[in-house]
Amino acid sequence: MSYTDQIKDVIESSDVVLFMKGTPSFVMCGNSDRALQALRRAGAPVTAIDILPDPQIRQALSAISGWPTIPQVFVKGELVGGADIVEELEQSGELAATLRDKLGDEYAAARDETTVALA
Amino acid sequence: MSTQPLRELLERAFPDATELDVVDRTGGGDHFQVVVTAPSLSGLSLVEQHRRVYEALSAPLGDGSIHELRIKTKGAS
Repeated sequence: MSYTDQIKDVIESSDVVLFMKGTPSFVMCGNSDRALQALRRAGAPVTAIDILPDPQIRQALSAISGWPTIPQVFVKGELVGGADIVEELEQSGELAATLRDKLGDEYAAARDETTVALA
Repeated sequence: MSTQPLRELLERAFPDATELDVVDRTGGGDHFQVVVTAPSLSGLSLVEQHRRVYEALSAPLGDGSIHELRIKTKGAS
Protein backbone atom coordinates (compact mmCIF):
# COMPACT_ATOMS: atom_id res chain seq x y z
CA MET A 1 0.00 0.00 0.00
CA SER A 2 1.32 3.47 -0.86
CA TYR A 3 2.07 6.06 1.81
CA THR A 4 -0.91 8.05 0.57
CA ASP A 5 -3.25 5.12 1.10
CA GLN A 6 -1.74 4.28 4.48
CA ILE A 7 -2.03 7.90 5.65
CA LYS A 8 -5.63 8.19 4.47
CA ASP A 9 -6.41 4.89 6.14
CA VAL A 10 -5.00 5.88 9.52
CA ILE A 11 -6.64 9.33 9.41
CA GLU A 12 -10.01 7.76 8.67
CA SER A 13 -9.76 4.84 11.07
CA SER A 14 -8.31 6.58 14.16
CA ASP A 15 -10.01 9.05 16.49
CA VAL A 16 -7.01 11.34 17.00
CA VAL A 17 -3.93 11.23 14.78
CA LEU A 18 -0.69 13.12 15.38
CA PHE A 19 1.85 13.22 12.55
CA MET A 20 5.09 14.15 14.25
CA LYS A 21 8.86 14.14 14.07
CA GLY A 22 9.89 11.19 16.23
CA THR A 23 7.63 9.14 18.48
CA PRO A 24 5.88 9.98 21.77
CA SER A 25 8.69 8.24 23.65
CA PHE A 26 11.42 9.93 21.59
CA VAL A 27 10.23 13.28 20.27
CA MET A 28 12.61 14.83 17.74
CA CYS A 29 11.16 18.34 17.47
CA GLY A 30 9.93 20.98 19.90
CA ASN A 31 6.77 21.68 17.94
CA SER A 32 5.82 18.03 17.74
CA ASP A 33 6.28 17.93 21.51
CA ARG A 34 4.06 20.99 22.00
CA ALA A 35 1.26 19.30 20.06
CA LEU A 36 1.73 15.99 21.89
CA GLN A 37 1.70 17.62 25.32
CA ALA A 38 -1.43 19.64 24.50
CA LEU A 39 -3.20 16.47 23.33
CA ARG A 40 -2.11 14.66 26.50
CA ARG A 41 -3.40 17.49 28.70
CA ALA A 42 -6.75 17.20 26.94
CA GLY A 43 -6.71 13.43 27.52
CA ALA A 44 -6.83 12.63 23.81
CA PRO A 45 -6.36 9.01 22.68
CA VAL A 46 -3.42 9.74 20.40
CA THR A 47 -2.33 7.64 17.44
CA ALA A 48 1.15 8.93 16.61
CA ILE A 49 2.95 8.56 13.30
CA ASP A 50 6.61 9.40 12.83
CA ILE A 51 7.18 11.15 9.51
CA LEU A 52 10.98 11.11 9.73
CA PRO A 53 11.82 7.61 8.45
CA ASP A 54 11.16 8.65 4.81
CA PRO A 55 10.78 12.18 3.33
CA GLN A 56 8.05 10.80 1.08
CA ILE A 57 5.77 10.32 4.10
CA ARG A 58 5.76 14.06 4.72
CA GLN A 59 5.26 14.82 1.02
CA ALA A 60 2.29 12.46 0.80
CA LEU A 61 0.81 13.87 4.01
CA SER A 62 1.06 17.52 2.94
CA ALA A 63 -0.44 16.66 -0.46
CA ILE A 64 -3.45 15.18 1.35
CA SER A 65 -3.88 17.87 4.00
CA GLY A 66 -2.68 20.96 2.12
CA TRP A 67 -0.78 21.83 5.31
CA PRO A 68 2.92 22.56 4.82
CA THR A 69 4.36 21.99 8.30
CA ILE A 70 4.75 19.25 10.92
CA PRO A 71 3.12 18.42 13.32
CA GLN A 72 -0.41 17.89 12.02
CA VAL A 73 -3.33 16.77 14.17
CA PHE A 74 -6.50 15.16 12.86
CA VAL A 75 -9.65 14.37 14.85
CA LYS A 76 -12.14 11.98 13.23
CA GLY A 77 -10.60 12.51 9.81
CA GLU A 78 -10.54 16.30 9.97
CA LEU A 79 -7.43 18.48 10.17
CA VAL A 80 -7.46 20.40 13.46
CA GLY A 81 -4.14 22.14 12.84
CA GLY A 82 -0.51 22.30 13.83
CA ALA A 83 1.18 22.94 17.18
CA ASP A 84 0.06 26.57 17.51
CA ILE A 85 -3.61 25.82 16.89
CA VAL A 86 -3.71 22.68 19.04
CA GLU A 87 -2.03 24.53 21.91
CA GLU A 88 -4.40 27.48 21.56
CA LEU A 89 -7.47 25.22 21.43
CA GLU A 90 -6.25 23.25 24.45
CA GLN A 91 -5.72 26.39 26.51
CA SER A 92 -9.17 27.77 25.65
CA GLY A 93 -10.85 24.43 26.44
CA GLU A 94 -12.08 24.06 22.87
CA LEU A 95 -9.94 21.01 22.20
CA ALA A 96 -11.55 19.06 25.04
CA ALA A 97 -14.98 20.27 23.87
CA THR A 98 -14.27 19.10 20.31
CA LEU A 99 -13.06 15.71 21.58
CA ARG A 100 -16.18 15.28 23.74
CA ASP A 101 -18.35 16.31 20.80
CA LYS A 102 -16.73 13.97 18.30
CA LEU A 103 -15.65 11.02 20.48
CA GLY A 104 -18.24 11.09 23.27
CA ASP A 105 -18.06 12.11 26.93
CA GLU A 106 -15.92 9.13 27.91
CA TYR A 107 -13.20 9.80 25.35
CA ALA A 108 -10.52 10.37 27.99
CA ALA A 109 -11.19 7.09 29.80
CA ALA A 110 -9.11 5.08 27.36
CA ARG A 111 -5.95 7.19 27.72
CA ASP A 112 -4.62 5.28 24.76
CA GLU A 113 -1.39 6.17 23.09
CA THR A 114 -0.60 4.21 19.96
CA THR A 115 2.36 4.51 17.64
CA VAL A 116 1.95 3.43 14.04
CA ALA A 117 4.90 2.99 11.69
CA LEU A 118 4.36 3.44 7.97
CA ALA A 119 6.32 1.30 5.57
CA MET B 1 16.51 36.30 6.14
CA SER B 2 15.35 39.43 7.94
CA THR B 3 11.79 39.99 9.14
CA GLN B 4 11.18 42.81 6.64
CA PRO B 5 10.45 40.73 3.49
CA LEU B 6 8.09 38.53 5.51
CA ARG B 7 6.33 41.60 6.85
CA GLU B 8 5.92 42.92 3.29
CA LEU B 9 4.44 39.62 2.07
CA LEU B 10 1.96 39.64 4.96
CA GLU B 11 1.06 43.30 4.44
CA ARG B 12 0.28 42.51 0.81
CA ALA B 13 -1.88 39.51 1.78
CA PHE B 14 -3.62 41.30 4.68
CA PRO B 15 -3.98 44.96 3.67
CA ASP B 16 -6.73 45.35 6.28
CA ALA B 17 -4.58 44.06 9.18
CA THR B 18 -5.01 45.94 12.43
CA GLU B 19 -2.10 44.06 13.98
CA LEU B 20 0.82 42.59 12.06
CA ASP B 21 4.04 41.50 13.66
CA VAL B 22 7.00 39.36 12.64
CA VAL B 23 9.58 38.33 15.22
CA ASP B 24 12.83 36.49 14.65
CA ARG B 25 12.58 34.15 17.63
CA THR B 26 16.18 33.01 17.75
CA GLY B 27 18.04 35.80 15.95
CA GLY B 28 19.16 33.22 13.39
CA GLY B 29 16.89 34.45 10.60
CA ASP B 30 14.95 31.22 10.14
CA HIS B 31 12.69 30.77 13.21
CA PHE B 32 9.84 33.25 13.03
CA GLN B 33 6.70 34.11 14.95
CA VAL B 34 4.03 36.01 13.05
CA VAL B 35 0.95 37.67 14.51
CA VAL B 36 -1.89 38.78 12.24
CA THR B 37 -5.17 40.31 13.29
CA ALA B 38 -7.41 41.28 10.38
CA PRO B 39 -11.16 41.66 9.76
CA SER B 40 -10.71 39.58 6.58
CA LEU B 41 -9.92 36.59 8.83
CA SER B 42 -13.20 36.91 10.72
CA GLY B 43 -15.50 33.94 10.49
CA LEU B 44 -12.74 31.58 9.38
CA SER B 45 -11.63 28.58 11.43
CA LEU B 46 -8.10 28.69 12.84
CA VAL B 47 -7.08 26.15 10.20
CA GLU B 48 -8.32 28.45 7.43
CA GLN B 49 -6.72 31.50 9.07
CA HIS B 50 -3.35 29.76 9.28
CA ARG B 51 -3.72 28.54 5.70
CA ARG B 52 -3.98 32.20 4.59
CA VAL B 53 -0.70 32.93 6.37
CA TYR B 54 0.98 29.88 4.82
CA GLU B 55 -0.24 31.01 1.38
CA ALA B 56 1.14 34.50 1.92
CA LEU B 57 4.51 33.05 2.91
CA SER B 58 4.57 30.15 0.46
CA ALA B 59 7.72 31.37 -1.30
CA PRO B 60 10.01 31.58 1.75
CA LEU B 61 8.41 28.41 3.16
CA GLY B 62 8.96 26.58 -0.11
CA ASP B 63 12.59 27.55 -0.62
CA GLY B 64 13.56 26.58 2.92
CA SER B 65 14.42 30.07 4.17
CA ILE B 66 11.85 29.64 6.94
CA HIS B 67 12.82 26.69 9.09
CA GLU B 68 10.11 27.18 11.72
CA LEU B 69 7.02 29.34 11.70
CA ARG B 70 4.78 30.05 14.67
CA ILE B 71 1.46 31.64 13.83
CA LYS B 72 -1.05 33.57 15.90
CA THR B 73 -4.10 34.85 14.06
CA LYS B 74 -7.28 36.63 15.04
CA GLY B 75 -10.28 37.60 12.99
CA ALA B 76 -11.66 40.48 14.95
CA SER B 77 -10.27 43.97 14.53
